[in-house]
Amino acid sequence: MTTVTEPVIARSEQSGVGPLLAIRNVAKSFAKTAVLRDISLQIAEGEFLTILGESGSGKTTLLRIIAGFESADSGEILMEGERLDLLPAYRRRVNTVFQQYALFPHLSVQDNVAYGLRVAKLPKSEVAARVSESLAMVKMSTFAAAKPANISGGQQQRVALARALVNRPRLLLLDEPLSALDANLRRQVQVELKSLQREVGISFVFVTHDQEEAMVMSDRIALLRKGELEQVASPREIYSRPATAYTAQFIGHTNLLRGEVRAGSAHCHSLSWRIALPDGPALFSLRPENIRLSGSATETSIVRVRGTIERQVFQGATDLLQVACDDGLTLSVRTATRENRQGEVLLEFNPADAVPVRESPDRG
Amino acid sequence: MFSRAYKAAVTLPPLLWVVAFLLLPYALLFCYSFWSVSSSQTIVHSWTLDNYRELLRVNVYLQTLFRSMWIAARVMIFSLLLGYPLAYYLSFHAGARKDLLYQLVIIPLWVSYLVRAYAWKTILGSDGVLNTLLQYLHLTKHPVEFLLYSPFAVVLTLTHIYTPFAFLPIYAALEHIPRNLVEASHDLGASPLQTFWRVIFPLSIPGVLAGATFAFVLSFGDFLAPLLLGGPSGIMVSNIVVSLFGAAYNWPLGAAISFCMLLLVLALLLLSEKLEKKWSFR
Repeated sequence: MTTVTEPVIARSEQSGVGPLLAIRNVAKSFAKTAVLRDISLQIAEGEFLTILGESGSGKTTLLRIIAGFESADSGEILMEGERLDLLPAYRRRVNTVFQQYALFPHLSVQDNVAYGLRVAKLPKSEVAARVSESLAMVKMSTFAAAKPANISGGQQQRVALARALVNRPRLLLLDEPLSALDANLRRQVQVELKSLQREVGISFVFVTHDQEEAMVMSDRIALLRKGELEQVASPREIYSRPATAYTAQFIGHTNLLRGEVRAGSAHCHSLSWRIALPDGPALFSLRPENIRLSGSATETSIVRVRGTIERQVFQGATDLLQVACDDGLTLSVRTATRENRQGEVLLEFNPADAVPVRESPDRG
Repeated sequence: MFSRAYKAAVTLPPLLWVVAFLLLPYALLFCYSFWSVSSSQTIVHSWTLDNYRELLRVNVYLQTLFRSMWIAARVMIFSLLLGYPLAYYLSFHAGARKDLLYQLVIIPLWVSYLVRAYAWKTILGSDGVLNTLLQYLHLTKHPVEFLLYSPFAVVLTLTHIYTPFAFLPIYAALEHIPRNLVEASHDLGASPLQTFWRVIFPLSIPGVLAGATFAFVLSFGDFLAPLLLGGPSGIMVSNIVVSLFGAAYNWPLGAAISFCMLLLVLALLLLSEKLEKKWSFR
């Protein structure tokens, strides 16, 4: 886990090879309730893609369709140009790390890891070599003979990972594998998992509801909302350039400013700034950390507003201020300040940080 | 948490029940097996090992004991062969019909044992349904005699009666297998057949053991089926015990045989419990 190579995604993009996995117009309903609607998504060779969404967004269903545990009502899935969705689960070169790990309780750790190789009828010597290599990779060699019931949740998670990776799949699916771990271990495993993924160079599709986890690990995040993709982009882009109001609110904390554009100017309450957008109603996302306290800047382009601090919430490295502006607007402001603040403040932000976002449609 | 008096009040009735209706009769049985019967047909209350010697000396007792075990073993095997696939189908593939089929398996248990045994008599007898059919189809000229009053009839009837008992624990065991284990197996490249032998069957073994024990123990001690359908060649050990306690009036010998049966069954239960523990993982 020490050698960190550049993600393979860069290479495949250069060589112009098609995507590893292409999901095309996949839809799925359970008892007339649409769970997925017209999902199209591509996964590159060596990419770490996270499918992020609330519970009920359809993210696990999408993963199960890729794995072959569910079949799509319509649409198709191609792996390296060939139909994947027509194969039964056991013929797909895809492996899964299950949410509850799903280790075989009657088999030892090493027999669990050897399972895929044994059903593929590989020679015994190769099975043994690859199993011990995989167990070493996840630092579980000393537990080879233990039964799953006798190891901790974190250890089970490692075994589940080794059991999947030992088969050298083209694609590894991970269904909220860290949700059962406590917060500290979780952060540690996130980093380990990411570097492991770079090391083995296998594409990962990681499902989670935890946006922080998605930000830490992913090359790209596919944000799913009520069965439709809200935005697919790198963590940096999805955070700094959210496409929709939902994305802006789901990923990180934000102020949504509702206003309108008239003749090249955005107007929101008493605030206004120059913007190159057509006239009409508009919605802007302004991150709390992009709002500064007290007007020390002198540029004329800066937008300023006066307000009163209503609340100060301690959040560790930073504090979050709730500021009621004079014009009825309430803004969240992130500040590194340590002392308690009260009373009147002058806020300022750069209009470039007010990102225009689309209204998220109501999907019942 | 609870007072001493409360604990005593709760534990005493079942304790008394067990002592009065289980331990005392067994103790009495144990004592009887060392007593004897005088020529004037009274029980002699002096200790002797004669009954156990008699048991080993007279061939018919041991033969019947072994025949009973052999019949019970066959019933066990057939019940498992019928009950397992049924339980597997219901648990994994029955879908929406699961509840209905489950009820259909259970319903025969509500029908009197006697009725089911008699039903087989009318099916297997020389004027029975089966023989009439065979003759109608000209497969035989005369009624097939071995169908009724034979160990075959006993095994068939007992299998019919005890298959639900084998089915139930197997079904329960299969229902308890987390379905994501089956998915994990497919995910790792195992075909449905490989998944069955490597995951489903090993995890259902405790249920199989419980079902096998039920079928064996219940049919080993059965006496109505051999009485109604067994004939002379299908007599089982319980029939001997019944006659020793009845017409033959030799309670001590009957007690000795009963005690041997009891030990055998207890040994079996212990063994099956040990094996079940070995094969359960939660």
